[in-house]
Amino acid sequence: MLPVCSKQSRLNIYGNWKSKESGCVTMPEFSKLSSLMKKTSDKVRVPNKVSRRFSLGGKDRRETIIGGLFVTPALVMYAIFVLVPLVLSVYYSFFRWNGITPMTWVGLKNYRTVFEVPDLLATIFNAFKLVLFFSIIPVGLGLIVASVIQRVGSGRFGSITRTVLFLPQVIPLVAAGIIWGWLLALPGLINEVLTAVGLESFTRAWLGDFTWALPSVGMIGVWVLLGFCTVLLSTGITKIDPALYESARIDGASWWNEFLSITVPLLKYEIGVCLTVTVINALSAFDIVYVSTAGGPGNSTAVPGVKIYILAFTEQRIGLASALAVLLMILVLVVVLPLQRLNREEE
Amino acid sequence: MKIGRGELFIGRAFLTILMLITVLPFISIFLTALHPSGTVPRGFEWPADPQWGNFLEAFKVANMTALLSSSLYIVAAVVPVSLIISTMAAFAIGLLRIPGSKFLFPLFVFGLTLPFGGIIVPLYYLERWMGIYNTRLAIVLPLIGLYMPFAVFWMRAHFISMPIEITEAARIDGASAWDLFRRIHLPLARAPLSSLGILMSVWTWNQFLLALVLVEDPTRRTMAGALGAFQGHYATNVPLLCAGTILILVPTLVVFVLFQRQIITALLQGSIKG
Repeated sequence: MLPVCSKQSRLNIYGNWKSKESGCVTMPEFSKLSSLMKKTSDKVRVPNKVSRRFSLGGKDRRETIIGGLFVTPALVMYAIFVLVPLVLSVYYSFFRWNGITPMTWVGLKNYRTVFEVPDLLATIFNAFKLVLFFSIIPVGLGLIVASVIQRVGSGRFGSITRTVLFLPQVIPLVAAGIIWGWLLALPGLINEVLTAVGLESFTRAWLGDFTWALPSVGMIGVWVLLGFCTVLLSTGITKIDPALYESARIDGASWWNEFLSITVPLLKYEIGVCLTVTVINALSAFDIVYVSTAGGPGNSTAVPGVKIYILAFTEQRIGLASALAVLLMILVLVVVLPLQRLNREEE
Repeated sequence: MKIGRGELFIGRAFLTILMLITVLPFISIFLTALHPSGTVPRGFEWPADPQWGNFLEAFKVANMTALLSSSLYIVAAVVPVSLIISTMAAFAIGLLRIPGSKFLFPLFVFGLTLPFGGIIVPLYYLERWMGIYNTRLAIVLPLIGLYMPFAVFWMRAHFISMPIEITEAARIDGASAWDLFRRIHLPLARAPLSSLGILMSVWTWNQFLLALVLVEDPTRRTMAGALGAFQGHYATNVPLLCAGTILILVPTLVVFVLFQRQIITALLQGSIKG
């Protein structure tokens, strides 16, 4: 660590002294530093820890003030429109309130209600079932697709594949919901295909079926998220040393061998990232579910996001909606934080 | 690298089928949109008499001119403001000595995982109280706030990745914090700024929940929000609904094709850094 001094001659990063005030180090430190500098080339980077210690002297306070001014607008917007509502969510959750008449304090009763009423608790289970479709399947399938691209999709073919698979990711989720609402309808494409291959007995109104509605909504998620996972994992694969694959192939490794012993282990970090992003998507899903089923039939596709909306804006139970909202935010944090830690360790 | 011909064929066939599955939904709604308005066509059938006029009709009944201008207005308000204030904040947090920077950054990062659904209820009451409910500001202002975690995070990552010599050299030449920002770092941040701008434009265009809850009048919503309202009115008129959906998603596809590389890299880096 270099001690900071003021109003002395100063040192620029190449070790030349100039006589002006501001950023400087004391002489003994300098000699060490300059000999170190001479050994290395001009291009060498001074480690951040050292150079950050350069002082601006009298300018310090001005910089602090400017820095504060710079942060303020962003902080204010963030505070008013995110942090304040967040605190209000927690506050509302302790009351019974219909949005109009005065609020009644009920303590933790709303939270108890969430855990006791099967329809409310089911939303949380449904969210986890969606994780299977929004996360596990896209990541698993994405790994397979990415490694197939790596093996047979050299050049143009591979990049076209990636672009096409990515398309559903850029359209509004609402549009995805509407498109699939039609595809999964009784006269829709899915049933046409089933009829064409002789599975006519299997056709149904998928989104109106108590058993099949949730998996059907899940498949919309697969369609939307597969491209994202494929592209991310595929980018990860390009960073793997091709020599590994080459030597594996010289040894006559099959695609499956390569997949298990090279691709998957070396993509741990990318897999972690994919899981994090898609799990957040699954737990906080709203657009697709609201547009395609609005939680129905019955309660079979209700997820927390949709239930919060219904409780607050059609049933006027603001307190209960807020309790569910708080639980949703905690749920996302609890699930995502360990994933994040995993990522850090892999790095 | 040696790969058997059989494997090459199977692999490419697999990828081709997957591409077909991805694209089929788009083709299906396109074909459906060409059927006579008000009929219930089959899911995949070239119409006997293509009704290209459906797109025009959807354009009219959805009041598309108003929608387009409303969406563009919202994007034009949200994106530049978010870019400016997040960049300034990220610069200060990343490169300046400011009090509380240790706790400021985690505070912003905390917002990264926040589901919009978690705060939508109080946001509604807050906006009623502020008197901006059912105006375009009702979408613009919260979106700016909600983008701050990602935007600050993204720009800070850029600023701290710049060689420290640039900053130090400018300081030695007597540059103030403002000069440092305006003259040195802002011009160097063009690439991450444009990626961030494209990303936020697409997100804003596609924003649904805020539009649904905070703005009653569909002509003051974002495109995706308006599509939700359109679906409510025309749920039974499938060809028209499909035509409207195509009109609304075509701009996003065009933007994607034009800025494909930037969007993909931005999305990937954004999530990797996250």
